[in-house]
Amino acid sequence: MFLMLLMVWSGGCDTPPSRSIELRFWAIGSEADAIGPLIEKFEALHPEIRVIVQQIPWSAAHEKLLTAFAGQSTPDLCQLGNTWIPEFATLDALVDLGPYLATSEISPQFFFPGIWATNMMRGSPFGIPWYVDTRVLFYRRDLLEAAGFHAPPRTWTEWTSAMSRIQDQLPHGSHALLMPTNEWEPLIILGLQGNEPLLRENDCRGNFRSAAFRRAFDFYRHCFDAGFAPKIQTTEIANVWQALNAGQFAMYVTGPWNIGEFRKRFDRDQLANWATSPLPAPVSEGVGVSMAGGCSLSIFRGSPHVNEAWKLIEFLSATPQQVEFHHLTGNLPARLQAWDEADDLRDPLVEAFRTQLEQVAATPRVPEWEQIATRVYEFAELSVRGKIEPGEALRRLDEEVDRVLAKRRWMLAREDSRR
Amino acid sequence: MNRVPFTWNAAAPWFLLMPALTLLTIFLVLPLAAAFLLSLTDFDIYALADWRNARFVGWQNYAALFPSPVFRQAVANTLTFALLAGPLSIGFSFVAALMLSAPRALGKGIFRTIYFAPVVTSLVASAVVWRYLFDARLGLWNQLLSTFGLPPVDWLGNPRTALPALVIMTVWKSFGYNLVIFLAGLQNIPSSLLEAAEVDGAGYLTRLRHIVIPSLAPTFVFVVVTSLVGYLQLFTEPYVMTEGGPLHSTYSLVMMMHEEGFRWWKLGQGAAIGLSLFVGMLLLTLTQHVWRPGWTR
Repeated sequence: MFLMLLMVWSGGCDTPPSRSIELRFWAIGSEADAIGPLIEKFEALHPEIRVIVQQIPWSAAHEKLLTAFAGQSTPDLCQLGNTWIPEFATLDALVDLGPYLATSEISPQFFFPGIWATNMMRGSPFGIPWYVDTRVLFYRRDLLEAAGFHAPPRTWTEWTSAMSRIQDQLPHGSHALLMPTNEWEPLIILGLQGNEPLLRENDCRGNFRSAAFRRAFDFYRHCFDAGFAPKIQTTEIANVWQALNAGQFAMYVTGPWNIGEFRKRFDRDQLANWATSPLPAPVSEGVGVSMAGGCSLSIFRGSPHVNEAWKLIEFLSATPQQVEFHHLTGNLPARLQAWDEADDLRDPLVEAFRTQLEQVAATPRVPEWEQIATRVYEFAELSVRGKIEPGEALRRLDEEVDRVLAKRRWMLAREDSRR
Repeated sequence: MNRVPFTWNAAAPWFLLMPALTLLTIFLVLPLAAAFLLSLTDFDIYALADWRNARFVGWQNYAALFPSPVFRQAVANTLTFALLAGPLSIGFSFVAALMLSAPRALGKGIFRTIYFAPVVTSLVASAVVWRYLFDARLGLWNQLLSTFGLPPVDWLGNPRTALPALVIMTVWKSFGYNLVIFLAGLQNIPSSLLEAAEVDGAGYLTRLRHIVIPSLAPTFVFVVVTSLVGYLQLFTEPYVMTEGGPLHSTYSLVMMMHEEGFRWWKLGQGAAIGLSLFVGMLLLTLTQHVWRPGWTR
């Protein structure tokens, strides 16, 4: 009896191809739910590999990854927000993908240059773009036309006069622009549009008192002082789409996720009133820079299966999978060829994103960035609400940022002295 | 040699205390000592990569706290919260306990359950529901205000009203707990004492002032200390309802500790905040112990 069982057991083990390699893949948020079909295809191509997808929620992802790193239990590969790559690369947690890229069919030219740049640290790539994300100007075409503008604004001056005229025509309680005071993105984007970097001295000190950032800050503050945008936080708007739908706002600088939300929540007539445009530029006409966002795929150094993990990244970066991934999630594909092949990306609401993605810049690539960004909106909010003078706000912001970067200065000085 | 000779009788208490002491050492004393050592370093994300990137910085983490406006605001918010919520919650529970223990009170069981129900509901769930109640446009409180012809209040959006809004929610949430303790204390007052006073012609207020409150003195001390300790650790309510905003008006010390330690991964700085809070609470509790009004002795 025992022998029989043993025979059945060993026989049962031989017949299906034994998947001897297990790849642990951490995906964040809704991507994890959606990629099932792609993983099945990958497993069919590679019978020796089994991919275990674990979902981690966005709100806990950053902490969980750091905890995993501290506890040496990182996965083989992971979806990383591209603003996190500098942090994990600094921790020396990620595999330098340069050597793998050299022998692969994937090439940096397949991706938007601004997006690709966010994956580079010390001259090496630490992630391959998976999907992209940026912010453009969403606006109410009907309200803009009623104010006498037949095209979206292309410079800050045009933008200001458009907002001013729209504001004059709106009923009391409605506003030309929605720009929550506890979001750092709008102000940072305006700052990135200037011709001076946000940090100076090898990203070791704040550069928020530069003339370029001061101009951005003045424009930002003017939107509130002139009454174009209300001084409210995101937590104060119970339902942002309801507010947009009720005509409370005529413009909103936001990302591609809202296209899906708009389609889901607005009826045909309301949707037809909304249009998108690349961001206006500070002075000359053209496209103003926006922020390079999105997620990349990275391999952790602790992984014993780097080659297999790279195969999965190559597979997910191929054009057909990029198109399918876009259909599964609605995310904008990172690979340029996928933009030509996915029909629904030629939608007028989406087209502005393609133009914008050619003009994106990365936020400073230091591990402290998120902390700096939080300080930026905190001081901006103090100034917008009239608690401190703008010059004072920027001076204290620089001081605070210098304090945040003190450790980085020490680290770099020590590296220099060792050389 | 005047060494006390070893006897099993003298050693017995130590053996009996051993399990408790071992657990306390492992889970309280050692982590506390480790946190103290951590607070003397600049342990951060770079040190997580390589511990040699951590430096011993002495008292620098503590010295950096006191001039920081955010830290000062967090201290002020935490104290304001404790000083508002403490007396309110204790006052409400004391009055409710008196009413529930009145001989002629009706439906005691039902009211005890109703008052205690908020204590046993999950704090996060109640905070989410209260966020709806406080909503500036659709919230229940503003609708009630408008039926009395009062203007709406932007409860959680206005830096002036956000902290008081959290106090209101917390008093609702926690007064049932102290209520039960007061009820137990009230039941321990010998009825012969109250009856004797009544025969001597003492009115209700006189009995309250000279018999009930003095007899409840130990209960008051317990309730004040536990409430103070609880309120100084304010975290969940602002974390769920306001994220510390607007303009840091609901940012508490524990929130700051959590953010420095686990969001920015500056564990040294976070530990310094935690220990400052610990020392502050210890001092407040001790002061309260040594310097309490005569009638509570």
